[in-house]
Amino acid sequence: MNENVLAPEAIPGGRTGSWLHHYANPGRFLRLAKPVLPWLAAFSIFLTVTGIVWGYFFAPADWEQGDAARIMYVHVPAAWVAMAGYAALAVCSFFSLIWRHPLADLAAEEIGPVGAGFTFVCLVSGALWGKPMWGAYWVWDARLTSVLVLFFLYLGHIALIRAFDNKQHGYRAAAILALVGAVNLPIIVFSVQWWNTLHQGNTISFSGNSKIYITMLYPLLIASVGFYLCFLTLVTARLSAAIMERRAGALLLARAERNS
Amino acid sequence: MNFAPFIDGSYGVTVLFLLGIGVLTFARYRRAVKRLRAVETR
Repeated sequence: MNENVLAPEAIPGGRTGSWLHHYANPGRFLRLAKPVLPWLAAFSIFLTVTGIVWGYFFAPADWEQGDAARIMYVHVPAAWVAMAGYAALAVCSFFSLIWRHPLADLAAEEIGPVGAGFTFVCLVSGALWGKPMWGAYWVWDARLTSVLVLFFLYLGHIALIRAFDNKQHGYRAAAILALVGAVNLPIIVFSVQWWNTLHQGNTISFSGNSKIYITMLYPLLIASVGFYLCFLTLVTARLSAAIMERRAGALLLARAERNS
Repeated sequence: MNFAPFIDGSYGVTVLFLLGIGVLTFARYRRAVKRLRAVETR
């Protein structure tokens, strides 16, 4: 495979997924991302700040948990983004393994650290909620353990990409890890149903059986959309930066070869 | 029980993470734009 991700021959051709390659072209991605990024950043900051401030200052205290329930407004969005980030990582890895698309490799590389960060926030905020509610920062409960495994999968992915001298080997190994690790996602989601866990069951349901009052649901949803947009903004900016770094490197290399 | 340290701690970690990764990403993006521009115009 061509080491230069920006070379035209590095973009696979053929009928399979040709529309995908059309839109996932690095140069085209940069041209699309540049005007979108400031708007994406503005919306993500606005919604995240609104959701967090609403949850911290204005949302009502829970009748049972009191003010400790306010941790939900950062913990739940971080957990959702951590899982969605890993799903995106698995999708990129799938595209990378099947179609060998270099942009999918770059996207997976940039998603890893951001997803690991959100997972860390989820674990820490959960531990800080657990101490006053359960009397312990950590218990080896199915939900907590599976999220910890998710964090380790992210760390493994980050390490594996950088573990080989040949970057392509790192991308392939990390993609396989990401795909195998995707089996952990349904385990996280259904852990509270499959096992008798200390972690509370699902409070929000999209089928209309939510057990949360509307005055608490609004700030939670706003913070969640804000966190999702933050993730999207960060990954788009990091991916754009990675493409530009490689393009600069490729130009310098081509110039050095011409001059030698 | 005083919940304030736990609530403040979780919000603090979240805000620090978001600010930190936001600033680092923005700095990397600006640096990449400047470097590419410099290489292209050299």
